[in-house]
Amino acid sequence: MKGRSKVETMIRIGLYALLIALFVYAFQIGAFTYIAENPSEIAYLVGQHIRMVAISSAAAICCAIPLGIFITRPQFKRFEFLVINFANIGQTVPSIAILALVMTYLGLGWQTAVFALWFSSLLPILRNTIAGIDSVHPAIIDAGKGMGMTQKLILWKLELPNASYAILAGIRTATVINVGTAALAFLIGGGGLGDLIFTGISLYDTGIMLSGALPVILLAITIDFMLGIFEKLIIPKGLQRKVEAI
Amino acid sequence: MITFSNVSKIYESTGKKVTAVDHVNMSVEEGEICVFLGPSGCGKTTLLRMVNRLVQITEGSIEIDGKDIQALDSIELRRSIGYVIQQNGLFPNMTIEENINVVPKMLGWDAGKRKNRYKELMEMMGLNPEEFRKRFPWELSGGQQQRIGVARALAADPPVMLMDEPFGALDPIIRDHLQNEFLRIQKDVKKTILFVSHDIDEAIRLGDKIAIFNQGQLMQVGTPDQILSDPKNEFVRDFIGSDREIKRLTLLTVKDLLNKGKKGNRKSNLTAEINEFYVTLDTDLRNALAVLLASPTGEAVIVDQRNQPHGILTFTDYELLTGVHPSKLKSIVH
Ligand SMILES: Nc1ncnc2c1ncn2[C@@H]1O[C@H](COP(=O)(O)OP(=O)(O)OP(=O)(O)O)[C@@H](O)[C@H]1O
Ligand SMILES: [Mg+2]
Repeated sequence: MKGRSKVETMIRIGLYALLIALFVYAFQIGAFTYIAENPSEIAYLVGQHIRMVAISSAAAICCAIPLGIFITRPQFKRFEFLVINFANIGQTVPSIAILALVMTYLGLGWQTAVFALWFSSLLPILRNTIAGIDSVHPAIIDAGKGMGMTQKLILWKLELPNASYAILAGIRTATVINVGTAALAFLIGGGGLGDLIFTGISLYDTGIMLSGALPVILLAITIDFMLGIFEKLIIPKGLQRKVEAI
Repeated sequence: MITFSNVSKIYESTGKKVTAVDHVNMSVEEGEICVFLGPSGCGKTTLLRMVNRLVQITEGSIEIDGKDIQALDSIELRRSIGYVIQQNGLFPNMTIEENINVVPKMLGWDAGKRKNRYKELMEMMGLNPEEFRKRFPWELSGGQQQRIGVARALAADPPVMLMDEPFGALDPIIRDHLQNEFLRIQKDVKKTILFVSHDIDEAIRLGDKIAIFNQGQLMQVGTPDQILSDPKNEFVRDFIGSDREIKRLTLLTVKDLLNKGKKGNRKSNLTAEINEFYVTLDTDLRNALAVLLASPTGEAVIVDQRNQPHGILTFTDYELLTGVHPSKLKSIVH
């Protein structure tokens, strides 16, 4: 276990070094001068980006978790494989294809982008929720039933806490990926930091491109970090230490 | 009292019918331990789980104190029956204290009462309440987890307990220890207990009554003495083994033999110092025999509760038992 955490810190340090190198490179190439010269534009785009991610992720969480809970109830268990297959196949469709597909129906615009982001975040969260609830050891549920717990108590006191690790991991991954995917929203008129990235690309101006890319990276790292802390707070202690011990 | 009348369970899986429990008739008195015994797959767990309605009865009825369980609310029924499942089934997301307090909490006990009960139960199980209060199940050894499982089932002081191989996955030493503790606790709490086991020695040791099953059918039910002395059919005879004469020795202690032989007077010529070959008054005759066989002199010192020599046990003492029909075994000493 010790060796493992050592490897982890080394990888982490390596990644941070790479990031710093990237920032130094960006500084030399003049990305920061663009950011310094257009602070209000950057702030506006960052705001737009965050709003897109926040709304689509929140909506995805609010739909996927209840749906996952619903489909794992004994009464609906037989439809579970349908939903899982749907989610699995849905996940293999690239997000850019989803954007394109959604655009053909909803047209250009911010709502279209949010809808597409919502859809592509929905599936990983849904899949993790179902997998998490299903992975709760049957003996635990059985013991709960045998002690006279109601369906509701079993859900709230046993299934959700014991599945929380998987559910939160799904949320974390989906949201972080969402930050990256949201950069594509510009293509269908959704705005966000993709604006700078794609403008930079079409003008062959690395400076402008990086002034969009760097905030996206920072945003993803920050959100990942915050959700990591959130996980530590929410996952029952008895399970956290188990994960460490493996 | 728990009464089984014509109880059957037929599982239907993929069109095939499996008769797991086949027209079982028997009853278990209040305060009695009844051990369900039989080979794997004979329907012990199924029969047990029908009592708290985790398994739906196909045919027949089960009554607890004269009330048909089908007529009761299943949630309330389960809260009034302690259940220890085959794997210990502790909740990994809850601390030991929370685990034990699940049922009392559902029954609406106030915090003070729950706390006291937790302490009481942990002491009963021989575990330090403070040391374990905030620990999680995975931080406990297998034996400790099993004990917590039993404590949790006892928490709300239910009159009936269902225990599915609670000492199953344990090494012989811990199992032995827990069985002793279990009997000690039962002496105080006097629950009606249905106890599943596939170990004949465990059944003889713990059961007031043993019910032997094969392929869902009840082969024989009776006291350990009755089963050992008078196996009803070929299956039971095979299952309890050809050494039943030795097994029945488990039912008697050195004290019983001494009372029979009235040999307290042997103390006068007692010169032997207590060496490693000794038995206590409470040692059962089977273990005492093992000590005699190990002893180079063929003798063992009997010590009393204060570890003082009380007498000498020899092979000849066992002659008191020869020629006694097993069914008269109990009667010879009382
Ligand atoms: N849910 C089920 N569906 C179909 N068949 C089942 C089900 N549960 C048990 N059975 C079958 O019923 C029979 C009795 O099972 P049960 O679990 O009661 O055995 P057991 O005596 O407790 O065995 P063990 O000592 O191995 O625990 C077995 O043949 C088993 O395969
Ligand atoms: Mg079983």
